[in-house]
Amino acid sequence: MAEFSLPNNSKIVKGEYYKDKTGSNNLKKVNVYRWNPEDGKNPRIDTFEVDMDNCGPKVLDILFKIKNEIDSSLTFRRSCAHGVCGSCAMNVDGINTLSCIKSHTDIKGELNIYPLPHLRVVKDLIGDLSNLYKQYESIQPWLKTSKTNTEKQEILQSQKERSKLDGYYECILCACCSTSCPSYWWNGDKYLGPAVLLQAYRWISDSRDDEKKERLKKVADELKLYRCHTIMNCTNSCPKGLNPAKAIGSIKKMLATS
Amino acid sequence: MEYNKNPLTPHLQIYKWQISSLLSITHRITGVINAIAISLICIWFLLTINNEKILFEKILNSFFGKFISISLCWTFSFHILNEIRHLIWDAGYGFDLKTTKITGYATLIFSFLLAIIIYYLGMSL
Repeated sequence: MAEFSLPNNSKIVKGEYYKDKTGSNNLKKVNVYRWNPEDGKNPRIDTFEVDMDNCGPKVLDILFKIKNEIDSSLTFRRSCAHGVCGSCAMNVDGINTLSCIKSHTDIKGELNIYPLPHLRVVKDLIGDLSNLYKQYESIQPWLKTSKTNTEKQEILQSQKERSKLDGYYECILCACCSTSCPSYWWNGDKYLGPAVLLQAYRWISDSRDDEKKERLKKVADELKLYRCHTIMNCTNSCPKGLNPAKAIGSIKKMLATS
Repeated sequence: MEYNKNPLTPHLQIYKWQISSLLSITHRITGVINAIAISLICIWFLLTINNEKILFEKILNSFFGKFISISLCWTFSFHILNEIRHLIWDAGYGFDLKTTKITGYATLIFSFLLAIIIYYLGMSL
């Protein structure tokens, strides 16, 4: 049975309030989820008053400003800062997204920043994604071919065959979709989740791959695949504009028609 | 490293509801209500099979009876319409974000219309 409320050690308490020290008139209140593995306390929400006159347009800019000027212990993952690497995935204003391509100007009032939902916290905004990576490994995301020697050196693909991968190869595995999915929250240990299933579909529809049938058979499972009930949170949250729900629908259709 | 004892990040508590997720959970709830309602109605009919219609009509015309029957008309019409949406998805169509939004709102609006139609058709019989 799914547990809808948070366990006792995860209940959020009120945190500290960092008042503005710059004297700016253009302030934004930013509420950030904090948890420190070293102090043994419950997670808390810290509120920062941020001077928006001297801050870049992205949510990630706000986080950097807080880290550089207010509280240097704030912890989050980031790398490329332009929506290519998928490191800075987090829950901004209730929806999972990449903080580096999310503009804070669309969000009126207070800004709420949480880690990706239903994960174990490592620290502050960092969640533990090792379960998702294990599941990704389980679908064997690499080319499998029976071709040998010279045949294997370059496997050609027509433009039409190649276009079947459009909308799937772009996935950067930021985990926004999987952690937005209520089915994945309740059955994350068994259900593969939208990100991994989208990747599974990407390999199933690759014309160069020779194990399409085995791949389909492997994923055709009551729990691994059919926990998807087309809630569509995945597609709604994908920061790259991809459609995991459609990929899962396509796998289901392939299984029903093959 | 194992993080199993670390706190769980908030999920349902913070995630923003969207029309798609809202209709999805409503679909499930109306499904459960419909299954229970059908069973209860069948049992009730079996128990009162030899009695005359008067009691049945009396209940149906009371405020409580009207409320229940209109509500059931809606749960059934919503479930039917949203199931059609699911069938179209199963056939592989209508996954675009824009399309799901349009079909979602259409389902919601037409479910109320269908509920009213079913109720008045039923009452005029």
